[in-house]
Parts: sequence; C-alpha cells; structure tokens
Amino acid sequence: MSIQEYWIAFYTIVHKEISRFTRIWAQTLLPPAITMTLYFVIFGNLIGSRIGEMGGFSYMQFIVPGLIMMSVITNSYSNVVSSFYGARFQKSIEELLVSPTPNWIILSGFILGGVARGLTVGLIVTMLSLFFTDLHLHNVWITILVVLMTSILFALGGFINAMFARSFDDISIVPTFILTPLTYLGGVFYSISLLPEFWQGVSMLNPILYMVNTFRYGILGVSDIDVVYALSAVAVFIVSMFTLALTLLNKGKGIRS
Amino acid sequence: MTKALSIRGLKKVYGNGFVALKGIDLDVEQGDFFALLGPNGAGKSTTLGIVSSLVNKSEGSVSIFGVDVDKDFSTAKRFLGVVPQEFNFNQFEKVEDIILSQAGYYGIHRAEAKIRAEQFLKELGLWDKRDNAARMLSGGMKRRLMIARALIHKPRLLILDEPTAGVDIELRRSMWEFIKKINREEGTTIILTTHYLEEAESLCRNIAIIDQGEIVKNTSIKALLAQLNTEVFIMDTSEVMVEAPQVESFETTLIDEHSFEVIMQRGQHLNEVFTRLNAIGVNISSMRTKSNRLEELFVELVEHDHKKDGAKDRSNGNASKLKEKVSA
Repeated sequence: MSIQEYWIAFYTIVHKEISRFTRIWAQTLLPPAITMTLYFVIFGNLIGSRIGEMGGFSYMQFIVPGLIMMSVITNSYSNVVSSFYGARFQKSIEELLVSPTPNWIILSGFILGGVARGLTVGLIVTMLSLFFTDLHLHNVWITILVVLMTSILFALGGFINAMFARSFDDISIVPTFILTPLTYLGGVFYSISLLPEFWQGVSMLNPILYMVNTFRYGILGVSDIDVVYALSAVAVFIVSMFTLALTLLNKGKGIRS
Repeated sequence: MTKALSIRGLKKVYGNGFVALKGIDLDVEQGDFFALLGPNGAGKSTTLGIVSSLVNKSEGSVSIFGVDVDKDFSTAKRFLGVVPQEFNFNQFEKVEDIILSQAGYYGIHRAEAKIRAEQFLKELGLWDKRDNAARMLSGGMKRRLMIARALIHKPRLLILDEPTAGVDIELRRSMWEFIKKINREEGTTIILTTHYLEEAESLCRNIAIIDQGEIVKNTSIKALLAQLNTEVFIMDTSEVMVEAPQVESFETTLIDEHSFEVIMQRGQHLNEVFTRLNAIGVNISSMRTKSNRLEELFVELVEHDHKKDGAKDRSNGNASKLKEKVSA
C-alpha cells in the first residue's frame, strides 16, 4: 500500500470510531457529563466548602484536574474496549483482517478513536467545571502532553483488554476492579501528603497518581511527584503497551483461530 | 499461466489437537468457476479462512495470483474478495457506510468508493436500502450486501462460502446470474462452497471434494460426472400401469400407476429406452432424473472415504487389542 492508501485506511478507522461514539452520544458523552457535574456539586461545593484549602487551592480547584483526568482515562479505555470487542463479537473485525490494512494502522486507528472520545469528554467536563470554579493554566504544554499521553495509554489498555476478553463481562472486569480503585486512590480527591508515610509509598506504585499529579501541575502548578519522571514513566508504559498490543494483533489473539 | 490460487502442503492443527487439514494441495486456474465441496467439518471453511487470513495455518503455503501471502500480504489481499458463511458486519451501521468503510480499508478514495458503492448496490438491488441500518435487512439482502462489500475493491479472486444458505429460490437465481456475469465479463475467478450440489453442477467448471482434511477428488465437473456408473430416470405416462414395463437390458421399477423408474448403466443411451418403450406401446409424457448426479457421486466419494477410515479404525482397534494381549 502507498502512504496515501495507508492514510485513507487510517482515516477510515478513525472516522468510523468517532462516528460510533457520537452516534450513541447518550451512552458515551452524556453520562460522564452528568456524573462529573454531581461530583462538582457534592464533593466540590457541598463537602469541599467544609474541607477548606488543599495544596494552597480551594478543594473544588484541587479536584477539578483529577476529575477531568478520571473522565479521560475512563472514556479512552471504555471506547476502545467496547468498540474492538464489539467488532470481535459481531465478527466485523474480519472486514479489516481480510483487507491489506497493516496491523499497526488498525491498532493506531482504534487508539486514536479512543483518544478522540477521551479528549471530547475531557473537554466537556472542563467546560462544566467552569460553572463551579475558575481554571488557570499553569503550563499549557504539559497539560496537553499529559492528557494526550494518558489517553493513549488507557486506549491501549482497552485494546489489550478487548483482545483477551471472551465475553462482555470480561470487558467490565478491568474497569470495575482495577481502573476505578486505582483512579480513586490516584490522588483525584486528596493530596498523598495527607497519607501516612507507608501509604504514600504504596501510592507511588499507582501509575494513575503520576498522570493525575502531572495534569494537576499543568493546571495549578502543584504536584506530589516529579513531573519529568512521571512523563517519562508514562512514555515507557505507552511504548511497552503498544508493542504488546501489536504483538497480540500480529498473533491474532482472540481474532484468528 | 499463473494460478489464481495455489495451495501447497496446507496443514491446520487447532489448539485442541484437532487436525482440520492434513497437508492439502490445490490449484485454481485464472477465470475459473471452482467448487470446493465437502460435508460439514471437512475443512472447507478452514481452507478458505487460511486463504483469507482469518485462520492461522500450521504449515504450508498459499499464493494468490503468484503472490505468497506470507511474503507480500498487502498485494495478495488486494486480489481477494471474501463473502463468508456468517454475517460479519456491524448490524447497526448503514448499508452504504459498510461498503464505504470497506473501500477505505483498501485505500480507495471516498469519491471513487461512492461511485462503486452506487454501482454494486444498484446491481444487487440494495440501492433503496443504502441508508438503512444493516440489521433491518432481510437474510437475502444481508447476503447481497456482503457480495457488494467483497466486490468494492474489484478483486480478481472472489471466495463465496455458502452464499445462498437460507436464500429463497428467486433470490438465489438472481444472485447466480450476477456472479456468473462478473465471472464471464470481468474474468473474476470464483471459488464457491455450497451444500446445494445442483448449484455446483450447473455453475462450476472444476471441483475439489474435501473430506476429513484431505482432498479426495480434484477434477472437472465433466470428468467427475463421467465417472457416474448408473443414473436413475423417472418416467411419467398418461396410461394406467399395474406393473413397470419390461424394457430389455434396462432395470425398471414401478413407482405408482402413472410412473416408473429406469436404471441406466454407463454406456447405455436414452434413445434405446425410448425405442423399446415405443415398441411395446408405452408413451412417455414427461421425464426427470431421480436425484442430482453430482450429489450421487459426492455421497459415493465421501462415504467410500469414511468406510476406508472405518476399516482403518477397526484394524487399528484390532492392532491395539493385539498389543494389549501381548503386553498382558
């Protein structure tokens, strides 16, 4: 295939993915908007007003970056896992497998689809947060970079989950039992400096902590961890997971008998 | 001339140890209308799955128009269009979008893809349904949608895996007219699997019969039918009969008071039957074959193979028993 043909194939997958989640917006875009608004009202306004400041900012300002990141993580992941597993389940993945589209284009297309949904929801949540607090960007490039990298990483996670899944139940196990607890324990609602030393050490093993804090640094300029170290760690995770996902795709895990 | 499809030593062993293909060789000529027949579980879909990259092979090689799929999968796949046995499209997508996406996967510009989609959807009677979600289509329409999708990149080799299963007669005929047209006019090589053997007999020029992972026959339909030893014809007459007419050199059996069957051996001619029936005053009003000729041969070949295996199994069983006795 020529470069132009590669581009057409890639664009087709991305276009199809974006059309899918915008077509079913009531299932994909509306629920996170409602959930996050409730978080802002209950945690930010009602409870937050009694907590006072955290890291030198109002509690509402403190949790907004974490909640935006939580939406990006959840939606990037769930878009790819449900779309790719759905394609496997309906066998429509065969449309791609019989075509000359190389596997790295297939993978990149699905990942960009997940990133598109993650960023769309992130933007919606950001706009909603402006009804509750003011947001100032401390470092626009770090903010964009970390949200993009996080989105790519979790879209890759969703892809790998979809390749191993054998039923629709399997695509909800990881988000329910791994992703949600790690996100809640990843410093979305608190600074880890509030934790006893032992639990601070345990928290450092949670990759989501690095992303939430780096994003918070980009917006507020405060972080519990070193930003360069966090970005490097996410980059290593992305390369490792892309390699794993591509290897699984080349072997035909779950898609070729 | 380069073969449209060339398979050498193709073997497939599934994870559970089941040997689906035992190292088959198969060639399909360019422009051919080729039938790949076999009972359920014989290895047809596995073979076609490997050719279309949906199944991983264990051993062997596959070349499409001389291009080895392992060495240059991109070029090889461009030559190939696949209509699978099961519906494999997103049921929630619109008909036209399914076709346009498939074109995109082959790197075809959207403007060109739209022209082709309109052409194929019109030819297959789906143009009015282009904005409908695929799930709203009838079974026959879904089959035609898969044909249109498989043709969007103008493949030189089209694989049809039981495309008429569950399709009514009228629709089946129109589908075959369309497929015959692209075979004749575009020179597209067609490989067909079907359980309707009369379809294979009337459409295909060459045939391979696969059973238990092995090719048991690979020849032309004409040559295969020439192997038929007996053929049974049912003859109807307006006269009332109490017994089947006695026709010298032919075996006859009464079916009911207006019809009887005649068994013809290879080398015998229908003219002889008519001459003799005429001589004894029996007038034939209509005549038909008792069963599909290819079907008879197919059953004979497959059953013969199973009997051989049964004998082999029995002898293996005896051998094991013998071993048990020796070791005891």
